[in-house]
Amino acid sequence: MITPTPDGELLRIRGLSKSFFGVEVLHGIDLTVQAGEVHGLVGENGAGKSTVMKTLAGVHTADSGSIELDGKEVSFDHPLQAQRGGVATVFQEFNLLPERTVAENVYLAREPRSGGLVQRRRMEQDTASLMQDLGIVDIDAGAKVRTLSVAQQQVVEIVKAMSFDARLISMDEPTAALADHEVELLYQLIGRLRERGVAVLYVSHRLQEIFDLCDRITVLKDGSLVDTVESNEITPDELVRKMVGRTISSFFPEPREGTEIGDIRLSVRQGGNRMLNGISFDVRAGEIVGLAGLQGSGRTEIAHALFGVERFTRGSITVDGRTFSPRSPRQAVRAGLALVTEDRKAEGLALNQSVAANARLVLDAALPGRGSSRAARLSGILSSLELAAASDAQEVRLLSGGNQQKVVLAKWLVTDPQVMVLDEPTRGIDVGAKRAVYELMRDLTAEGMAIILISSELPEVIGMSDRIVVLNDGEISGELPHNTDEETVMSFATGQDNVEAAS
Amino acid sequence: MSSASPAATGPLGAVRRIFGGGTGPVFVVLLTLLVVMLLLNPSFFQPASLMAFLRNAAPLIILAAGQYFVIVSGEFDLSVGSLVGAQVVIAAKLIDGDESRTWPVIMLMLGFGLLVGLVNGLVTTLLKVPSFITTLGMMLVLAGAIRLWTGGAPTGALSESFRQWGRMGIEVPVLRQIPYAALIMIVIAVLTVLLMRGPYGRTLVATGDNDVAASFAGAQVWQVRTLAFVLSGLLATVAGILIGGFAGVTAQVGDGMEFTAITAVVLGGVVLGGGRGWIVGAMAGALTYRLLERLLVQLDMPSTLNPTIQGVIIILALAYGSRRLWGRRRRRAAQPITTKPQPSGAE
Amino acid sequence: MSDGVVAAGGQPARTNRVERRSPLTSIPLIYIALLGTLIVGAALMAVNGENLFSGGNIVDILTRSSLLGFIAIGQTMVILCRSLDLSVGYVAALSSLVAATTMDGDPSRIPLGVAAGLGVAALVGLFNGVVTAKLKVHAFITTLGAGLIIKGYLDTVYPGPAGEVPGAFQAFGYTRIGLVPLSAAIMLIIAVFGVIMLQRTRTGHRMFAVGGNDEVARLSGIRTDRTIILAHVFSSVMAGVAGLLLAARFGTGVGAQIYDAGYDLDSIAAVVLGGTLLLGGRGGVAGTIAGVLILGVLDTMFNQLQIDPFFRDVLRGIIIIAAVAVYARRQIDPTKSRARFGEKSASRKGSTGTSPPEPTGDSRARRAGSREEQSE
Repeated sequence: MITPTPDGELLRIRGLSKSFFGVEVLHGIDLTVQAGEVHGLVGENGAGKSTVMKTLAGVHTADSGSIELDGKEVSFDHPLQAQRGGVATVFQEFNLLPERTVAENVYLAREPRSGGLVQRRRMEQDTASLMQDLGIVDIDAGAKVRTLSVAQQQVVEIVKAMSFDARLISMDEPTAALADHEVELLYQLIGRLRERGVAVLYVSHRLQEIFDLCDRITVLKDGSLVDTVESNEITPDELVRKMVGRTISSFFPEPREGTEIGDIRLSVRQGGNRMLNGISFDVRAGEIVGLAGLQGSGRTEIAHALFGVERFTRGSITVDGRTFSPRSPRQAVRAGLALVTEDRKAEGLALNQSVAANARLVLDAALPGRGSSRAARLSGILSSLELAAASDAQEVRLLSGGNQQKVVLAKWLVTDPQVMVLDEPTRGIDVGAKRAVYELMRDLTAEGMAIILISSELPEVIGMSDRIVVLNDGEISGELPHNTDEETVMSFATGQDNVEAAS
Repeated sequence: MSSASPAATGPLGAVRRIFGGGTGPVFVVLLTLLVVMLLLNPSFFQPASLMAFLRNAAPLIILAAGQYFVIVSGEFDLSVGSLVGAQVVIAAKLIDGDESRTWPVIMLMLGFGLLVGLVNGLVTTLLKVPSFITTLGMMLVLAGAIRLWTGGAPTGALSESFRQWGRMGIEVPVLRQIPYAALIMIVIAVLTVLLMRGPYGRTLVATGDNDVAASFAGAQVWQVRTLAFVLSGLLATVAGILIGGFAGVTAQVGDGMEFTAITAVVLGGVVLGGGRGWIVGAMAGALTYRLLERLLVQLDMPSTLNPTIQGVIIILALAYGSRRLWGRRRRRAAQPITTKPQPSGAE
Repeated sequence: MSDGVVAAGGQPARTNRVERRSPLTSIPLIYIALLGTLIVGAALMAVNGENLFSGGNIVDILTRSSLLGFIAIGQTMVILCRSLDLSVGYVAALSSLVAATTMDGDPSRIPLGVAAGLGVAALVGLFNGVVTAKLKVHAFITTLGAGLIIKGYLDTVYPGPAGEVPGAFQAFGYTRIGLVPLSAAIMLIIAVFGVIMLQRTRTGHRMFAVGGNDEVARLSGIRTDRTIILAHVFSSVMAGVAGLLLAARFGTGVGAQIYDAGYDLDSIAAVVLGGTLLLGGRGGVAGTIAGVLILGVLDTMFNQLQIDPFFRDVLRGIIIIAAVAVYARRQIDPTKSRARFGEKSASRKGSTGTSPPEPTGDSRARRAGSREEQSE
C-alpha cells in the first residue's frame, strides 16, 4: 500500500526519455501527480502521451529518467508489475474477456482460492462490494462481459484497476467509445475515485472533458513537455495554442483559388435507421461538409449508411440527382462514393499485403473490369501523395501511420470518386502527414469533388469545413457555417444549445 | 514519429519476399531433396522416371492448388479427400466400362465438384458455420452417401478413354512421353497463377488478410470465399479423374488426402488463417511432399516408416518458417505505432 | 433517448438490469437437443417395436459413449485454449500397444502397463504442446505431424496386434455396475473432475482466458504457453486412457484399427456439438458429454433399427453442420445493441463503437492463425 508523502505527491516522473529505433520520441518529460488529483495529459497525436502512459504502465521501459511512486523509485517491466505496484492503466482497447463474467475478469489470474478451489461466490461478492464502494449499481458481478454496454465494460476495467488497490489510474481516451450520456457515468466514477484519494492521469483529446475533470493539465508537444498548468488558470484557446504551438488558421490551408461550390452531388433526406433519425443534408461539388459530434453521436453511422454497411431504413439518398439506396459497399463504390474508414488498421488495410495490393484493392474488389487502365495511374497518385515506402512491394504494416493513410487515400482516389467520405482521416498520423491530407482535400474540392469530413478534432472540422453539420444522439442538432467557434459547435454537439449556449 | 519504417527496406526486400515470406523453406527443402536424390539415384533424373514421378505427383499438386484458394482466404477444406474418393466411385459406377459415357460423366463430375464446393462455401459464408466444421460434415456426408449408394464397395468400371488421362501421355522425342497428368497440371498451374495475379486473386488474399477491409473496399466477401470453395471442389474433381485413371477404383481412394493437401499447402509457406502465401509455393509444397515420399522409397526405408519421416520434416519446416515470422514480430512489437499494449518482455 | 439508459439527476438509472445468466446459452441448448434426440429416438424405436431405454440399449449407449467421452473431454480442454488435437487416435493406439506389451499377460504388471501407456501419451502431449506454444507451429500441423510420426512408428514396430492384456485388466472393458459399464462410470467421474477443474481451479480459468484472448491473458500475468502445453498433455493422457480401454476390450494392443476409427474428427465434432466454440474461450466439458451422448444415442438407435451405417455417417455430418449453424445464429447477440430509434432491436455493433460489415465466413482460421502470426 502506498501512502502519499505529506505534500500529497504520489507520482513524480523526472527526465523521462524514450527512443524507438534511435528516434527519440520523449525528451526528458517531468510530471507530478498528487493523490486525489485528476491530471490531464494533452497534446496532439504523436505528442508522446501514449508513450508516457505505456512507460508508466510497464509496457515500455524508459531509456533514461526516473519514475517515483510515493518517493520511491520504481521501474516496471510488465503491466502486471505496475498493477501490483499500484499503477493501473485503462487502455483504449479493452482488456476483457467477453465470454467470462465480470468477477472472473476482475480477478483473472488471481482468483481467490481455498483448498485449491476457486471461490466463485467470494469472487463475485468481492467484486460486487468493490463496485458498491464505487457507487456502481447497475452491473451484476456474475454477468458475462459480452452482455454489457461499452460504457459498462469501461467501468469494469476501472473496477479491475481498483481491485489492485490502484493509487494511480491512467486512462487513455476513456470516452472514445462512449456515447455522451454514458460519459456522465464515467465522470461520476472519476469523482468517487478522487474522493478516495486515487490519482487519475487522464488522456483525452476532448478539451471539454479536460476542463470538466482535471485539476491540472500537462501539455506535451512533439515529445517534449510544454507546460503544466492549473486548469482554472487557462482558457481553452490558450491550451490549444500550447498544444499546437501555432494558431489554427495558419495550420489549415485556405480553399484553392477558383474553387467553386457547384451543384448538389449528394443529398440525404430524412435518413434514419436504428441509430439515426431525420438525417437531412446536402453536399455540393467543391464543398467540404464537416460532420461534428461526440463519439457515438452517429457520425460514423452516417458514413456507414451512405456506404450500405448499415443502411437507412427510412428516408432517401440521391447522388447527382439519382436515387441511390446502397445495400453494400460495392454498390456505393460503383455509384462513385469513397469511404476512408475510421479505423485504418481494422477496416482500411490488409496489413500483410503490399502497398501495391492495397492501393488497387478497391479496383480489384469492386471495379475489376476497369482495373488495369486505372491502375496505371496508381504510381502517379502514390508519388503525388509523397508516400515514403521502400517500394510498392513493401507490406503496409511496416509503414508509419501517415504513410498507411496515404495508401488508403490512394486506393480511393484511383477510383475517381464523386463524393468522398473521410472518417477521422488524420487520426494517429504525424503533423506533416496531416498537413498533406488537408492540402489534398483542398486540391480535390478544387477539382469539383464533394467531401464529407468526419472528425472528433473540432479545430479540424472548423478549419476545413465549408459547413458543419452537428450531430447529437443520432439526430442533427444544427448546421453551422464555416468558422463557427468551438464552443458553439460543442454546445450543439452536447445538446446544450436548446438550453443555453455553453458557458 | 518517423515517416519511413526502419524495417525490411532496401535491396534485401526482394530476397525477403521469397525467403522471408514463408515460401523460402519449401524451396530450400525441395532443392535439398533434389540434390540428395541426385546423389543417391542419378537415374531418377532420366526423362522416363522423371515423367513417371510427375504423373504421380500431379494430382496432389492440383489438389494443393485448390486447397490454396480456400486456405489463403482464411478457411479450411477438409472435404477434398472424400470428394476425390466420391468422384472416382461415381465415375466407375456411371461409366460402367462404356466408352461413350466417358465425356458426359466427366461433365457430370465437374458439376458435382462445383456443387460440393458451392454448398461448402455457402454454408460457411451465409450460415456462418466455421469451415472446419462445414467441410468436416461434408466429408462425412460424401463418404457415407457414396458408400450408401454403391452398397459399400465400388461397383462398375472406368472406361479406357477415362483412364488415359491418368495413365497415358503424349509421345515426344526426348522425353519419350509427357503424361497428360503433367500437362493438365501445368495448364492448371498457369491458369491459377494468372487467376491469382488478377483482380479476383488479389481480392481473395486481401479478404484472407482482413475481410472487413476487403468488404469496405467493395468486395462481396461471401462471393469471394464461396468461389474459393468452388475452385477447390473443381480442382479436387480434376485430381480425382487423374487418380482414378492412374490407380483405378478402390474404396480407399482419396482417404486422408485432405490432410496431405493441407500439409502440402502449409509446407509451401501458406499460413493457416489466410492472407499470406503464394500459390506457386503451395504447388511446390505438394511436389516436395511427393518427392519426399519418393526419396524414402529410394532410401529403402521400410515404407511403414514414411509417415514418421514426413511428420518430422513437416513440423521442422513449419517451425523454421514460423520462427522467422516470430522474430519479425518481436521487432515490430517495439514500434510505437502499435495501439495495442504490448509487454516488452512478455515471458 | 430510449432503451432505459437515462442519466437523471446525475444518478445513472438503468431499467435493463442485466440478467444474471442468460437462460439460453448454448450449454443448456445442447441438453435440450439431447432430450429431443432421446424423445425422437425413443419414438422411432417404439414405432419399430423396440425400446430405446431397454437395459441392453442403455448399456450400448454408455459403452459407445465412454470411449469417445474420454477423448472428447481432453479435446475440450485443447479447443478451449484455441488449439486442436488431431493426434488423439494415434495416441490411443500407441497407448494401447505400449500398455498391452508392457503388461504382457502378467497381472502384476498391470500398474506398470497403465503407467507406461499413459506416460507415453503424456510425452506426446508435451511434444504437441511445446511445438505449438513455443515453436509457434499451428496446432493443426503439429498434431497432424505428431500423428504421422506415431503412425509410422506403430506400423513399423507393431505390424499387427501385440501384447496381451491380463484378464484382470480386461475387466476395465467389460465390468458393469448395474446398467453402467465401469468405463462409462470412470469417464463420467473424469468429466465431473473436468467440470470442476474448468469452473473451480485457476488452471481452468486460465484456459478460458488463453482461448478467449491470449494477449489479455498474457497481460494478466498468465503463462499462456504453459496453459496450452498443459491442455495438450491432458488431451493426450485422456486419449491414452481411451487406448487403455480399447486394449482392455480387445485383450491386446492394436494399431490401425484404432487410429483409422476417426476418433480425432469425431471428438472435435462432439466438442463443437456440445457448444464449445471452435475458436476457444467458451464452452465446457458438460456440453461435450451431452454431445458425446447424442452421438452415442444415434449410433445405438441406427444399430437397433438396422439402418445402414453409411447413412449414419451422412446424417451425422448433416447434424453437426446444422447444430453449429444454430449456434452461429445465437452468436449474434442482441443484448448489447443500443438502438436509439424505433424498430426491432437488431444485431449488436462491434464493441469499438464502429460497425464493420459482418465478415462472412468463419474466422477460426484467422484467429487460430493469429497465435502463430500475431496481427495487430
